Amino acid sequence: MCATCGCSSDQHHEHDDHHHHHHDQKTVIDVERDILHQNNLLAERNRGYFDAKNILCLNLVSSPGSGKTSLLEKTLTDLKGELDFVVIEGDQQTTNDADRIHATGTKVTQINTGKGCHLDSHMIFHALQGLKPKENSVLFIENVGNLVCPAMFDLGEKERVVIMSVTEGDDKPLKYPDMFHTSTLCIINKTDLLPYVPFDINKAKENAKKVNHKLEIIEVSCTSGEGLSQWYDWLKSKVPVPEMVG
Amino acid sequence: MHELSIVMSIIEIANGEATKANAVKIDEIELEMGLLSGIEMSAFDFAWQEAVKSTVLENAERIIIRPGGKAVCLECNNSFDLDSLYSPCPVCKSHFINIIQGKELRVKSVTVE
Repeated sequence: MCATCGCSSDQHHEHDDHHHHHHDQKTVIDVERDILHQNNLLAERNRGYFDAKNILCLNLVSSPGSGKTSLLEKTLTDLKGELDFVVIEGDQQTTNDADRIHATGTKVTQINTGKGCHLDSHMIFHALQGLKPKENSVLFIENVGNLVCPAMFDLGEKERVVIMSVTEGDDKPLKYPDMFHTSTLCIINKTDLLPYVPFDINKAKENAKKVNHKLEIIEVSCTSGEGLSQWYDWLKSKVPVPEMVG
Repeated sequence: MHELSIVMSIIEIANGEATKANAVKIDEIELEMGLLSGIEMSAFDFAWQEAVKSTVLENAERIIIRPGGKAVCLECNNSFDLDSLYSPCPVCKSHFINIIQGKELRVKSVTVE
């Protein structure tokens, strides 16, 4: 059992709102509890921590190879001195991505999920204990490259950013709707390759909007730098302004 | 394979309920899993078979209720059934919709002796 957050399976909750029906010595207990209850509780706890410290937390999700780490490297380098960054890297194996982020001079921690296909709020909770992000900083969580599983797991983030690249199919939002449905921003990366691939960017945007009409979309190329200023403006607009007290 | 995490969370909830009721096993568990909840049933069944071994749910009968997708169109206020997150309103063809049913993922009840 985890002594800090009491997250193990032998945890005992008391609820007074349960109804018990007895039928021939059998008892039916109305549970009515969300299956992801435990994850959601810890996610809210993380969210409270971020709010208290005025930290902007973003959860970056995508399929493997769409350029999450490259986008981060570029962002951390270009906005160095303007914003304070910390990064949590999630991968099944290796510290390769954390090493790349570390090379930009940014504080980073790596979570290896082993066989796990997603990060959950509990992993983030413990990563934060080691990372101790500063007040008013921006925390990027780079999730495991997977467009399916991470969709269900709230980590306590303020915004979820889904990244797709033009070397993928323009029907990706329809094939993996849950991820696009739960995100607030979609970044279409590698736009410098558009002349060489059959990717129809208008169709991709249309498909993304079909799944989530509230989704914002920004087109970027980490190689040419095109569109990055728009992403930086978006990012800066989300940084919470510290409230003056007294 | 997030279905394994889902099954593990169900076992955790079931364990808590069994402990509270001083029961060593659960006879029946009723789950509500909407058709738009993102659960692949074959993966869920596979994960279930392996994960419930030696737990309170090992021999539990599983009742799964699967509410279908329902949405309200934000343009014309029409209520309709939908089978995917990107189904348009059948009346005005708009994608400006609010999903009101189908994403449920709950343990409804457990039965103990």
